[in-house]
Amino acid sequence: MAKDTPPRWDRKMQQRLARGEAAALGELYDRFASLVHNTAHRVLDDDSAADQVTREVFGYVWENPDAYDPRREGSMRSWIAKLTRRQAVHRLRQAEAKAYAARGGGSTEELEQKVRRAAVSARADFIVQSMPAPLRAALELAYFQRRDYRQTAADLGVTEDEARRRLRLGLQLLSTANTRPLDGRAL
Amino acid sequence: MTGPLDGGGHDDGREDVGGVPRIPSPRRAADDYEALPAPETPAEASAEGPAEASAEGRAEGPPPGCPPPEASPPASTPAPPPSSPPALPHKVLQSLLGAWALSACSPEETTAVEDHLTECAPCAEEALRLRDAVGLLHHERDLDLDPLLRSRVLENCLGRRPARIPVPEWAGPYDAETARLDALLRDIGDAEWHAPVRLKWFQGERPVSRRTTVAGVIGHLLAVDGLVATAIGLDDPLSAKTPAERTEAYWKGVDHPPTRAVRGPWRDQTHALIRTVSFAGRGVAELSVSYGDFALPLRDALLDRAFECWVHADDIANAVAYPYEPPSGAHLHGMIDLAARLLPAALADRRRAGLAAPARALVTAGSPGRSLHLEVEGSGGGDWYIALDSPAAVGSPDRKVAQVALDSVEFCQLVAGHIAPEEAAAGQDGDREAIRDVLFAAASLSRL
Repeated sequence: MAKDTPPRWDRKMQQRLARGEAAALGELYDRFASLVHNTAHRVLDDDSAADQVTREVFGYVWENPDAYDPRREGSMRSWIAKLTRRQAVHRLRQAEAKAYAARGGGSTEELEQKVRRAAVSARADFIVQSMPAPLRAALELAYFQRRDYRQTAADLGVTEDEARRRLRLGLQLLSTANTRPLDGRAL
Repeated sequence: MTGPLDGGGHDDGREDVGGVPRIPSPRRAADDYEALPAPETPAEASAEGPAEASAEGRAEGPPPGCPPPEASPPASTPAPPPSSPPALPHKVLQSLLGAWALSACSPEETTAVEDHLTECAPCAEEALRLRDAVGLLHHERDLDLDPLLRSRVLENCLGRRPARIPVPEWAGPYDAETARLDALLRDIGDAEWHAPVRLKWFQGERPVSRRTTVAGVIGHLLAVDGLVATAIGLDDPLSAKTPAERTEAYWKGVDHPPTRAVRGPWRDQTHALIRTVSFAGRGVAELSVSYGDFALPLRDALLDRAFECWVHADDIANAVAYPYEPPSGAHLHGMIDLAARLLPAALADRRRAGLAAPARALVTAGSPGRSLHLEVEGSGGGDWYIALDSPAAVGSPDRKVAQVALDSVEFCQLVAGHIAPEEAAAGQDGDREAIRDVLFAAASLSRL
């Protein structure tokens, strides 16, 4: 949709934010608000908590546009997704610890497992959204539409070899959601 | 919407077809994480996203003691001896692992893969990993964002760090309304862009309408916003001067029929407008924007465009059966105020055309004249006094001859030409002629 390619858009956006341009902040929100809110909601499963994280993430980016380093973080999209997961996981841990304390039970492992599960789900969502469209389309057909790989190949107009390759590669990418370290530092 | 296996997960046994035994599903429920491997040593915290996940390289090196996938529980019916599966080479079996994990192989292939897993540790490790990954698939539930969240988030940001280049307050309604419409457009499907929309407005004494599509409406907004773009020196591909001519020129010039591709240019132009007026600073607010047969100062033109944006967003929302709220109270108030300020001139135009009663009592410019009390109720409402006899007179409570009361959204629908003047106004009191003239003048503010 946008005429600017992502790296160029990211660079320009960073400069405009650093310059203190409120119009850029609005554009940033329009592009990433649903990513941030959906991610936070996936972790926290609560609307007002997701609103809160959305406020915090955009506040952080607006105050610290220079914290974005394209060479280290990749696209601005993935940087913002990561900030959001971090902040949401931080909020979840806080909320759960409070709930555990109030109930007077529950082990640290239980809490950590719950937090970890939520973080992995959010990461997995981001991986699915960001993977190349052909891989996502193959997974979509095989998993959600219950097509076998031969039907998937026919639907996509590719060879059966290629359909197998896409399904395997798609899942391999997705499985990396499980292997990242958990980062729930507050912003 | 959730995936077919969410919450279930183990129901994937394919029914016997042609004597093939039930095959237990390799899929797992999404919440079954018992077998999660311990987190690997942080590869590099910065490595993010799948782009760097060299997935192919991960199949090597099975961790010691990696358990083979669960053995198939015995099928409920005694299985006939499996027809000896074709001996598939390792490479082919490996390539099937993704399809196997998704239960997307033929029964023979499934058997062949599962046999292979008992003797090939690298494949067994990968199979386990991919099967866990299937549990992470989840139908993206795109939640509708609360449209009011945007202003709360931006306010919070600007409270933490004031903008050095703020968006002028008078551009706020345009910023908010274009963002709301854009969020609606993001959520609608390809087919909905072609949903029919009937644009309605008033001409003279009667309602008129024009048929187009959702994409056609966005083209209309793009074409008319271009008037403002021209006035502040941005590119404008259309040369026509009035909103109607520009819209027709756009519709004629575009590939038929317009598609969702129109969203990008429309949104880019709205962003460019907001950005440009932000940089232009204070002096630009009074810059004249020509609509062909009339002109508005830039601040009012953007308010008018915000109003149009909302009205047409509501048309679109109705066409695709989406809920759509009115603007925030403060923005709605500004829009009503603009209409109220335009009413005396609209009355004068109609009087010249013989459509409204002659002036009764002319006063010197700037002094109070006969007035109608416009009482607008609800969010964004307030009290306005409309000078009846001349745009040069000042509306005044002291010279009130009539009063009408309407709800704020109803008043806006009247101004948009979406409801008939005869049907508007819940409460009326006083000079009937004045009331009729003002309500018809309000409807006459509408246009294509």
